[in-house]
Amino acid sequence: MSAPHKSRTKLQQGVLAFIVALAMHAVAVPQAVADSSVTVVSWGGSYAEACRKAVMDPFTNETDIEVRLESYNGGLAQIRAQVETGSVHWDVVDLEFADLVRGCDEGLLELIDIDELPPAADGTPARDDYYEGTYSECGGGGIFYSTVYAYNNESFGGERPTTIEDFFDIEKFPGRRGMRRTAVGNLEFALMADGVPPGEVYEVLNTPEGLSRAFNKLDTIKEHIVWWEAGAQPPQMLADQEVLMSTAYNGRIFNAQVLEQQPFTIVWDGQMLDYSQFAIVAGTPNLEAAKRFLLFASRVENMAAIGRYIAYSPTRRSGIDLISTHHETGVEMRPHMPSAPENMGRVVRNDWEWWSDNGEEMNERFSVWLSR
Amino acid sequence: MALSLAAARFRAAALTLPLVAFIGVTFLAPLGTMLVRSVHEPLVADSLPDTLALLDDWDGTSIPGEKVFRALGLEFRKLHEQRALGGVATRVNRLETGMRSAIVRTARKLHDVNPDSWQEAVTAADPVWGEAKAWRALQRSGERYTARHFLHALDLGQDTAGKVVLQPPDRRIYLPLLGRTLAVSIAITMLCLILGYPVAYLIANSSPSKANLLLLLILVPFWTSLLVRTTSWIVLLQNQGVINDLLVAVGVTTDETRFPMIYNMTGTLVAMTQILLPFMVLPLYAVMRTISPSQMRAAAALGATFRQTFVRVYWPQSVPGVAAGSLLVFILSIGYYITPALVGGRTGQLISNLIAYHMQQSLNWGLAAALGAILLVCVALLYCLFNRLVGIERMRFT
Repeated sequence: MSAPHKSRTKLQQGVLAFIVALAMHAVAVPQAVADSSVTVVSWGGSYAEACRKAVMDPFTNETDIEVRLESYNGGLAQIRAQVETGSVHWDVVDLEFADLVRGCDEGLLELIDIDELPPAADGTPARDDYYEGTYSECGGGGIFYSTVYAYNNESFGGERPTTIEDFFDIEKFPGRRGMRRTAVGNLEFALMADGVPPGEVYEVLNTPEGLSRAFNKLDTIKEHIVWWEAGAQPPQMLADQEVLMSTAYNGRIFNAQVLEQQPFTIVWDGQMLDYSQFAIVAGTPNLEAAKRFLLFASRVENMAAIGRYIAYSPTRRSGIDLISTHHETGVEMRPHMPSAPENMGRVVRNDWEWWSDNGEEMNERFSVWLSR
Repeated sequence: MALSLAAARFRAAALTLPLVAFIGVTFLAPLGTMLVRSVHEPLVADSLPDTLALLDDWDGTSIPGEKVFRALGLEFRKLHEQRALGGVATRVNRLETGMRSAIVRTARKLHDVNPDSWQEAVTAADPVWGEAKAWRALQRSGERYTARHFLHALDLGQDTAGKVVLQPPDRRIYLPLLGRTLAVSIAITMLCLILGYPVAYLIANSSPSKANLLLLLILVPFWTSLLVRTTSWIVLLQNQGVINDLLVAVGVTTDETRFPMIYNMTGTLVAMTQILLPFMVLPLYAVMRTISPSQMRAAAALGATFRQTFVRVYWPQSVPGVAAGSLLVFILSIGYYITPALVGGRTGQLISNLIAYHMQQSLNWGLAAALGAILLVCVALLYCLFNRLVGIERMRFT
């Protein structure tokens, strides 16, 4: 290259080499990344950590494909922006079910043939192994989780809250409440606390009067609410006793209980049961690696493995029997799962179809209600 | 001679072409696209051409005939296969809640049927197609040009007869927020005027060295990044911030009753007033500098009190500066976004924050565009009002 008979000066050579390197960089680097890594976007904190240990690290061990973990706070906005502008840099996203269904319908996510998903250990095809309604045409993997409310034992000397009504009873339990800054869940909690049976919550929400009823109930504690957005915030707020009680994802509270020995108590009454799945963003340049990851994450043993790190259970029937003990403390996991019979008293199941129809309007009304 | 003069003039004009092109590409074109977007929504019309063409003859109250059902079924099926149905369903759903899932469900069930009666098959897939309201929603969302984003942005809705009505109070969203934005902008303008007028007077009537120093004190914050100034206010005003700490230390308040001064309307008002103050002081100063102090002295010599002198001699001459400063501050604050987003918390949000919400979160760009257009009209109206009251050519900006 730098043979002396060439008439170029050192400077010219340097500049040329620089330009070539730059051009190579621009062309070659995405290729190199595409071969060896996949970007997975999840919910951060202890849940993402559990996924990393249970699914992503084993995936890298098996395939040599590196997993880059990013976090977000839900919603389709970022995915839609990436797909519509054609610059997709998220490969796989962990989505709430209502968003998953919407994103799938709108072509923002890649279709997955359910018959490609790995069967159960006894050969039952994935199609029959998933619980009714927990599988979307674009999803893979999947967990049950729950939004509950919890409190720090140290905040209470005497009587402690036990029902969803107590969460809204500001006279009986004066103090600040943490709630997620979104309409999903809060409307359901408000109606249940106002005496609506869980099975009728969405029926009531469907009427204008029912909706006003939910917002009016929220109004009664509005001044005492501290809003959170990331799932990692509520355990922190409870630990600092910044709030008296807070809605939270049950797994986060569980992890704070067993790993940090926080004196937290979960109130399962009025819990909102929900599920989520992984999905591939449409048009990702890493489609192949993303698909390998999705199929890996859909193996029953990997789905159940998440339940060794955090109290979320797999959405496949054959996965329940694989739930055992917490990986570090040996705590029996089953009683901490949202679906454990003793936790299933008053439960509202997130009606993703209702939310995919009404979500846009609800979020608009919610954000305006917030600013009032 | 005349020719070369014309050529020279042309060359001079040509020098402005880069700027004109720049403004055209970066300002006028996006603005135009935005305005068009607020009334133009072709997605549904482009996606369901056959069904909508057949619906043209529909009376609007009965259930359409078999031909329409067949066209609908075939087009839904095609869109579902192309995975383009979601966008259509979302838009129809904005007119009639529940249509999103109904449309998707219908398309899914029609996936591989070839029925004798499409009407039966479609109605069986979802009973909503047996109701006229579903078809009305479909027809209305199929209008290529629509005023509904503007109606929505003004809290107006259409009843079943198509009459435009104001939403009931608990469903009004944008009018109250627009009102709040205007009120906040007026408040900030007044605050800036009250705070800025004496300062500008002081600078204009100081010795040159003192005036330079004072001007520097105005300009240094002006040159400091907006984000730096906004975050500085967070440091000062927050619950555990400098001011609250100080108030607790001197015993004005206690640890439990620290004043909430940020993440609410107070935060928005304080931070925006400080950030926009130079836009008031500088035009005021520019005008006041030209008011000769000898006029004041002359008025005083003729027996006028200070108040009379100010009201009858000084103030009228400073009005162009007041008008220019107020207009600048008002127009800047009505569309302010970053500061309320950072320090406004729950109650200190302005209309621009909701526009951003629709741009970034709900991705309802048509509505965002309509809101932006309404804001633009507000500013234009205000400009005309000022022009009528003060006369724009009398305003002095520097």
